[in-house]
Amino acid sequence: MEALLAQARMEMLLTLRRAEGVLITLVVPAVLLVFFASLGIAPPEYAQPVDFLLPGMLALAVMSTGLVSLGIRTAYERSYGVLKRLGSTPLGRGRLLAAKVLSVVAVVAAEIALLLAIAAFGYGWRPGGSLLWALLALVLGTAAFSSIGLLLAGTLRAETTLAAANGLYLLLLLLGGIVWPVERLPGPLALVGLLLPSNALAEALRLSLGPQPVAPLAQLLALLLWCAGALAVASRTFRWE
Amino acid sequence: MRDQLVNRWESGQLDRTAIQPGRERRPEAGLENAVVVRDLVKRYGERVAVDGLSFTIRHGEIFALLGPNGAGKTTTIEILEGYRTADAGEVRVLGLDPQRDADELRRRIGVMLQSGGIYPTVTPIEFLDLLRHFYQEAEDPWKLIRLVGLEEVARVRYRQLSGGQQRRLALAAALVGKPELLFLDEPTTGMDPQARRLTWALISSLRERGTTVLLTTHFMEEAERLADRVAIIDHGRLVALASPLELTQAETDEVQFAGPAGLDLAALRALPSALDAWEVQPGRYVIHTKRPAELLAELTAWARDAGVLLPEIRVGHESLEEVFLRLTGHELRE
Repeated sequence: MEALLAQARMEMLLTLRRAEGVLITLVVPAVLLVFFASLGIAPPEYAQPVDFLLPGMLALAVMSTGLVSLGIRTAYERSYGVLKRLGSTPLGRGRLLAAKVLSVVAVVAAEIALLLAIAAFGYGWRPGGSLLWALLALVLGTAAFSSIGLLLAGTLRAETTLAAANGLYLLLLLLGGIVWPVERLPGPLALVGLLLPSNALAEALRLSLGPQPVAPLAQLLALLLWCAGALAVASRTFRWE
Repeated sequence: MRDQLVNRWESGQLDRTAIQPGRERRPEAGLENAVVVRDLVKRYGERVAVDGLSFTIRHGEIFALLGPNGAGKTTTIEILEGYRTADAGEVRVLGLDPQRDADELRRRIGVMLQSGGIYPTVTPIEFLDLLRHFYQEAEDPWKLIRLVGLEEVARVRYRQLSGGQQRRLALAAALVGKPELLFLDEPTTGMDPQARRLTWALISSLRERGTTVLLTTHFMEEAERLADRVAIIDHGRLVALASPLELTQAETDEVQFAGPAGLDLAALRALPSALDAWEVQPGRYVIHTKRPAELLAELTAWARDAGVLLPEIRVGHESLEEVFLRLTGHELRE
């Protein structure tokens, strides 16, 4: 337990020392939220723009932590031989991964708090809907995006992971239901968008946080499938060195 | 501490013959050997990296695997550390199976990889302090910092350290858990001569704690100075296994001489007292012999007949480097 906590502390320290990581995980979702909410850019069926935007930005925050930050950091640790080295200490591989999970959860929690504060104090957002479903969606989403991040990190070279994670980030941001509903995208793109994990997470959050909350079962199932799929592939292809 | 160690090393107080078995940790009953390797085979696709290697390392011994790059040193050490699996043969480390008993083994060994293994954005003291939490009984991080002479850069990020400082941190990191058995893969590669001497003194001093050390190296001097026994390996096979003294003071003497480059080696090998003949560098030759006096006479007679002037002839024992050359037929350095 002491080993796990020490490693989790180290993971947090490393996260904070990657300035570009902090930018993409904490600053970008917050700035996008402020930007779109201030301009009032959102589909008209939402009473306030923030009702549409906040779930998308929460999904973006989860995605940037699990996929981008964790993925890139782990890929470089692999190329530096750190995964290999720590794997041969009593910490072991299991607790090394567990420490990463803890650090991701801590960062995601901080991001959620930041985004909720901005939405509540800046744009009059009030908690509503089913927080339980929302929490479940956030947990599953964090698991799914972290699995995808680890899949990239353990399979591709560090430089390739860097490019792939950032490319996916942009793709999911634009087409994955984060800043614009996928059903309003042109034909084939809408279909692509519908299948993306970011859309599943954002939609699950919109459904559960809306005024008449609906259990987002289809979206949660989609997240579960993404998570299981990424883990299944990662368990075969992940290389520690 | 550092100067003390170096002084003691240089004044010869760290005597090779004064080997003492583990004082702090006695080997378990019936386990005389820290490491047993029997008929080890490892293939990467078609390439055979380790080809039927066997050796044992006794408790408290400093054991060197010596060989050129690609000889199978790192593959062997990484099988013992549990990173790789053997294709055939048997290995036991502290009486344990590196794969099956990995959890227990990790608590009792220290590992220094050939390169890397440390976060670039973390400082030496932060990294050692992290590792300290992984072991039930651990060394004090600052004590280790002083031991490897990194006091001045203890709060400098790893990526800003020199190559030699990075290696010394990796060595300190291997010592955090007070290991019974230490694996050092090319510990002094990239160090300047001063750091190398410090590291040698440090490794020698571990002997007094009863720590068993397996190190790989392609520095002859390193093996010669540190190791109780040296295993010379080439193409994944054991070529020789003995103490440095035994390896270099075998019956064989050698005659070294300088002359024009490109002399007829076949003619030199044909001298009655010559065992072999090599041009080790252009214009520098070595001939091994059991009868140095006779060989000298034959060599000077041959030079006179061939009209060759040999300005410099020396008779001596082989160095370990030359032992390697004789045993494997090629030079150690790549």
